[in-house]
Amino acid sequence: MRFRSPFEGAWADPDSMLVVRTGDWRLERPVVREARCSHCGVCWLWCPNNCIRDLGTHFSADLTYCKGCGVCARVCPAAAIVMREEDGA
Amino acid sequence: MRTRAPRTDGNLRVMDGNKAAAWGVLLCRPDLLASYPISPQTPLLEQLYKFRAEGRLDAETVEVEGENSALSAAVGAVAAGGRAFTATSSMGLMFMYDAYLYASGQRVPVVMTVATREQCAPHTVSSGQQDIMLVKEGGWIQLITESCQEILDSILVAYRLAEDPTIQLPINVCYDGYYLSHLSEPVRVPTQEAVDRFLAAVGVGKRPVLSTDAPLSFGAFVLGELYAEYRYKHCQAMQRALDLVAALDGEFEAAFGRPWGGSIETYRAEDAEVLLVGTGSACGTLKVAIDRMRAEGLAAGLARIRMFRPFPRRRLAELMRGRRAVGVLDRSVCFGWNAGHLYVDVRATAADLDARIPLVNFVGGLAGADLRRELLEDAVRTTVARGRGEPGPEVVWLGLG
Repeated sequence: MRFRSPFEGAWADPDSMLVVRTGDWRLERPVVREARCSHCGVCWLWCPNNCIRDLGTHFSADLTYCKGCGVCARVCPAAAIVMREEDGA
Repeated sequence: MRTRAPRTDGNLRVMDGNKAAAWGVLLCRPDLLASYPISPQTPLLEQLYKFRAEGRLDAETVEVEGENSALSAAVGAVAAGGRAFTATSSMGLMFMYDAYLYASGQRVPVVMTVATREQCAPHTVSSGQQDIMLVKEGGWIQLITESCQEILDSILVAYRLAEDPTIQLPINVCYDGYYLSHLSEPVRVPTQEAVDRFLAAVGVGKRPVLSTDAPLSFGAFVLGELYAEYRYKHCQAMQRALDLVAALDGEFEAAFGRPWGGSIETYRAEDAEVLLVGTGSACGTLKVAIDRMRAEGLAAGLARIRMFRPFPRRRLAELMRGRRAVGVLDRSVCFGWNAGHLYVDVRATAADLDARIPLVNFVGGLAGADLRRELLEDAVRTTVARGRGEPGPEVVWLGLG
C-alpha cells in the first residue's frame, strides 16, 4: 500500500502537500500595488494564515494558502493592497 | 554492619494498587505529571507528589483545573518529546473524552492509569468497569490487571509498548477501583537499572516531536483519503500491538526474572470442557470457584483477558475452540446489546469458530456488589449445564432474584 504521509499520526511538514491547500477556498484575492508598497511588513505581521511572503522590495500573498480574508488589505497603512474578485481563472 | 545486596529482581514491599501504580510510574522516569484528584485514584497522585517532594522523581507538574486539561497537558508534553503520565477514574475519564480521542487519533504515546469505577447515575462511588468500557472504542490500548504486582508490571510494559516506533499509541492501565486500588499485597519492585534497560529501546528520537530545529505541524487539518490513511494506520498499529506484547513478554522476563503474561492469562484451561472468560480482580475469585468446581468433577478453566484493546481475537478463538460451552463474566453493562461488554466481544469471536458453542453471560459486581465465591460457583455450574444442552437465559444477572 502506498501512503501519502510519512508519519503515523497527523504530523506534517508545513510546506508539504499534506497541508490542505486553503487557497482553494478563496473568493477574493489580494493584489499588491508594488509602487505603493513601502515594505513596512504590517500585512506580513497580521496575516492570520502566515502566507505573506517577503519578496525583498515588497510583500505578496502566497495564493496556494491565502484564503482571501482581506485582513492584509484592511491593515495596509499605504492602501497598497486591493481585494479583487476571483474569476475562476 | 553488613548491608544486604539488592536482588536483581528487586525488593519485596507491601503496598496497595495505587502505590504499586506510583512505583511503576516512578521507575519509568516521566517528565510530566498532570492529574486531577478523583476517587479511587487520588492516593496514586498523592504518592507521586510525595516521591517528587522527596526528590526521587524529577518531573514537572501541572496543577490542572480538571481532567480535560490533565490529559491535554500530557499530550502536549509527549508531543514535545517528553514522557508523561496521568490518571483518572469514572466521571474524570468522561470529562476528558475529547482529549482522549485526540490523544489516540494524533498517535500520542501517553500512559494513563484508570482506577475503574462505576458511572453515575444512579449516583455512586463504587467499583465497576463501566468507565473503561465506555471508552473502549476510543483507539487506545487497554490493559486490565488482576493484582497489585500486575499494575506495576503493566505500567512498565505500557511505556515500552506505547513509545515503540511501530506502535505510537496511548495506553490505559486499568485496575479495579477499591478492590485493587485500596488492597494491599506483596509487590516486587524492580531495580531502576533493570527498568532503564527494559525501556532503553524507546524514548526521545524514535518518533516525531515538536522542535525548532526541524519544525513540524502537530495536529494538521486532514480531509478525505488522507484521513482514511491515518485511520488505516491506526488500526494496523493496534494489530501490531497484539504481536508486540507477545514478544515483549520474553523481554520482560529477561529483564525482571518473571513473566508479565501477554494478552490472555489462562488458568486450568488446557483440559477444560467449559471455559470462563473474564477480566480484572474478579478473576481471582473465579479461579477459586473453578478449583472448587473441579473438586466436584466439573472440568472448568479460565481465560482472563489482560489486553482488552486491541482485542486478542485469534488467541481467544483458539482457546474457545472445542469447548462445550463458554461463560463470560462482566462487571459492566452494554445497553445496546442487553448484555455485558466483554460478552459482546466474545460472541463476535465465536463467529471465527467452525462449530457453534453455547454462550452464556454473567453480569454482576456492579457498583461494588460483592461477587461472592458462591455466585461464581453457580456461574460455573450454569456454564457446564448449558454445555449439556440445558436451556436458560442468555444473560444471567448475578445476585438479582
